[in-house]
Amino acid sequence: MSAVVPTPPASHYLNPPWGLKSWLLTTDHKRIAWLYVISLSGFFFLGGIAALLIRLELLSPPTDFLTEDFYNKMFSLHGIVMVWFFLIPSIPATMGNFLVPLMVGARDMAFPRLNLLSWYIYTIGGLLLIASVVLGGVDTGWTFYTPFSSQYSNSFVVPAAMGVFVVGFSTILTGLNIVTTTHEMRAPGLTWFRLPMFVWGNYSVSLLMVLATPVLTAVLLLIALERMLDLGIFNPALGGDPILFQHLFWFYSHPAVYMMILPAMGVVSEIIACFTRRPLFAYKSMALSILAIVLFGFLAWGHHMFVSGQSIHAGAVFSLFTFMVAVPSAIKVFNWVMSLKEGYIQFTAPMLYALSFLGLFTIGGLTGVVTATIGLDVHVHDTYFVIAHFHYIMVGASVTAYLGGLHFWWPKMTGRMYPERWAIVAAVALFIGFNLTFFPQFLLGIAGMPRRYASYPEEFQFLNVMSSLGAGVLAIGYLLPLVYLPWSLVRGKRAPSNPWRATGLEWQTTSPPPVHNFKVTPVVTGPAYDYR
Amino acid sequence: MNSQDAARFQDMGILPTQASSGAAQVDLLALAMLIFCALVLLAVFGLVLWFSWRYRAGSSVKRKPLSSERKQTAMEMIWAGGLFIVFMGFFYWGVDVYVQMYQQPDEDLTIEVVGKQWMWKLEHPNGAREIDTLHVPVNRKVRLNINSQDVIHSFYVPAFRIKKDAVPGMTTSIWFEPTEIGTYHLFCAEYCGTNHSHMRGQVIVMSQQDYSDWLTANGHEQTAALDGAQLFRTYGCSGCHIGSSVVDAPVLAGIYGRVVPLADGTTIIADEAYIRDSILHPHKDIVAGYKPVMPSFEGRMSEADLQKIIAYIRSLEPGDWQLERHGGNP
Repeated sequence: MSAVVPTPPASHYLNPPWGLKSWLLTTDHKRIAWLYVISLSGFFFLGGIAALLIRLELLSPPTDFLTEDFYNKMFSLHGIVMVWFFLIPSIPATMGNFLVPLMVGARDMAFPRLNLLSWYIYTIGGLLLIASVVLGGVDTGWTFYTPFSSQYSNSFVVPAAMGVFVVGFSTILTGLNIVTTTHEMRAPGLTWFRLPMFVWGNYSVSLLMVLATPVLTAVLLLIALERMLDLGIFNPALGGDPILFQHLFWFYSHPAVYMMILPAMGVVSEIIACFTRRPLFAYKSMALSILAIVLFGFLAWGHHMFVSGQSIHAGAVFSLFTFMVAVPSAIKVFNWVMSLKEGYIQFTAPMLYALSFLGLFTIGGLTGVVTATIGLDVHVHDTYFVIAHFHYIMVGASVTAYLGGLHFWWPKMTGRMYPERWAIVAAVALFIGFNLTFFPQFLLGIAGMPRRYASYPEEFQFLNVMSSLGAGVLAIGYLLPLVYLPWSLVRGKRAPSNPWRATGLEWQTTSPPPVHNFKVTPVVTGPAYDYR
Repeated sequence: MNSQDAARFQDMGILPTQASSGAAQVDLLALAMLIFCALVLLAVFGLVLWFSWRYRAGSSVKRKPLSSERKQTAMEMIWAGGLFIVFMGFFYWGVDVYVQMYQQPDEDLTIEVVGKQWMWKLEHPNGAREIDTLHVPVNRKVRLNINSQDVIHSFYVPAFRIKKDAVPGMTTSIWFEPTEIGTYHLFCAEYCGTNHSHMRGQVIVMSQQDYSDWLTANGHEQTAALDGAQLFRTYGCSGCHIGSSVVDAPVLAGIYGRVVPLADGTTIIADEAYIRDSILHPHKDIVAGYKPVMPSFEGRMSEADLQKIIAYIRSLEPGDWQLERHGGNP
């Protein structure tokens, strides 16, 4: 980090033209990444408002702030928005889009126009979802369980399901693009085991997206058809099977959890290697354990149905596979911890986010082992324990990594530095606020409070108030970056090409990068993380 | 339905009361799991904090050269292998507890459970029926056969550590043996629509003597209602009130206790006296929107029969006749 103020490169992707057309018709993966950053942020705060209303209602035991129907619509909206319109596309569509071509030394994604199309499809899906909200909302929960969703709900299930149906195609196209880019467009010398972990994370998540999403697409279509035409696929009165829906839904939605966490693992690996100034501990097993998670992730869906009426034997088998998927995750935690050893650790804001990720992911993972233990799961199934568990993974780990990555690559993406002190305040507020919000929910679940309750018995009030107050601190952690990151676009210090002295091809080009990323195609001669 | 008076419940506080034989087994497993999680968490957090301090950029501690990839993999395998063994232990233990929870024991009594939006209907072996409150004897193995009339619900009693979904179109089953007399929460744990969070009730564990007294008292009431159902047909009431005949008569399912609008613009509460009057003096209070065509049964029906028919009408719930009225498709 030299004292000399770096001059911005003469020509880069943020140069004019700056008209609406230059953004909406761009095929540059870096600009498309920004389209996603903006639309995803909008949905994140929409989902956040729904969460805020939920936490306000739960301050007191009776349903007094909202009506039951409105509350049910809020948690449904929160889930649908956060899962499909924020978490799943979060890292792959933004940083993945921006960085995968840079990291493999390519000029763009393999299919630049498909890339733009996938953003348009995302937007159409989002408009359909918003239409369902404007019409009156949907009250099925993000899980759309039958026969409630297909027969009994009086809300706007079909528009909402079609919104998710459409956004699925966007996910598939992004996945297809990243898979192809990783396979076909690596720079000379960039072998598979020289790839940065971030590419491994986004590559494996793209495999999941391409393989699992079509099942969701099909099942949502079946719901819409059953609702409109009384088909009798899931409705037992017509000979259908409501449990069949759960199998199909979780066959997608369990891997979907890994879609949210694998790219986050990639982000954190980059940050830890950079700020310990050391190569990652056991690089190869890091890559292989990601692939093992992809494989076992496909075999664990039945643990969502431990009390649903599936056979005892099926329950036991799914419990076994769930334990299996915990092993590669545990290997990764071990490797990150060991990567700190013998390092020269700098506590920058991205590093604080990465260390928060490590703590929150460990808690989320261990409580996942609790729910994998089938005899214990029966008690905590569908309670706040499960809510806390998956928020630790999907929010505590994934969103923290998303923010960590956004800070880490902010200089590269914008050519400006973010304000370090504010970023550290935000990172610390996030870690404290997150634990204050969600740790009490473990206790609520153990005490027996079921999820999706607009009102609850009085003895649960203390913990619910704790959780709601913690959400206030958490909100500070999320709102601060919304203020200082845009501020830094104008007022931030100019960033040099490689402010962190990091390895990786993306740091070898200018900040911001030129339109076609590299003036000369780079040649790779060494391993990733060649620190020291 | 909505248990406002929380002080009645024994299972308050952060840890739910152990009130069944199975709960103790689940809690033992939970304790072992808690110790395991605490150890791992302590190790991870401890190492992160220690390394962060010791290997901070400014510290002058001497860094050893990195170990070879082979050595790293070996260390990792020891960690993964150790965890795998512990995991398999928990897997086996968890399945063991789970199998005992669901497998058929030699139960002492079986209770039929039906979930519907938004109530639990419970039926005892002698026909005694109740809603949202389940009376059970202490130290007896109770089996629940669970069904649903509409969407998926889930029968959850935290104090017993049991939960099982009520799925339309199939019967699921779970059992428990209560060990502590008291009142415990019953929750619906699977989201089932608008009033999901009000689909709460209570399980009252009684001494065996109290239970059998309760059963006798309530079973008697039930027998009367069953006889009444028979008489409802014999006297021909069902022809107009249930059957899809040309005569349009009010649906009586769920009428008991409701406010009924009358033809003269006033309203009346459908209590026992009103039902009795409607049978004996049908022209006295005509329900709004209906013709005064019902014949009087004064002198044609014995008092005993009358009481049984009233018991039957009282026992009816909204929707009870839907199957008969609409040809089997609810």
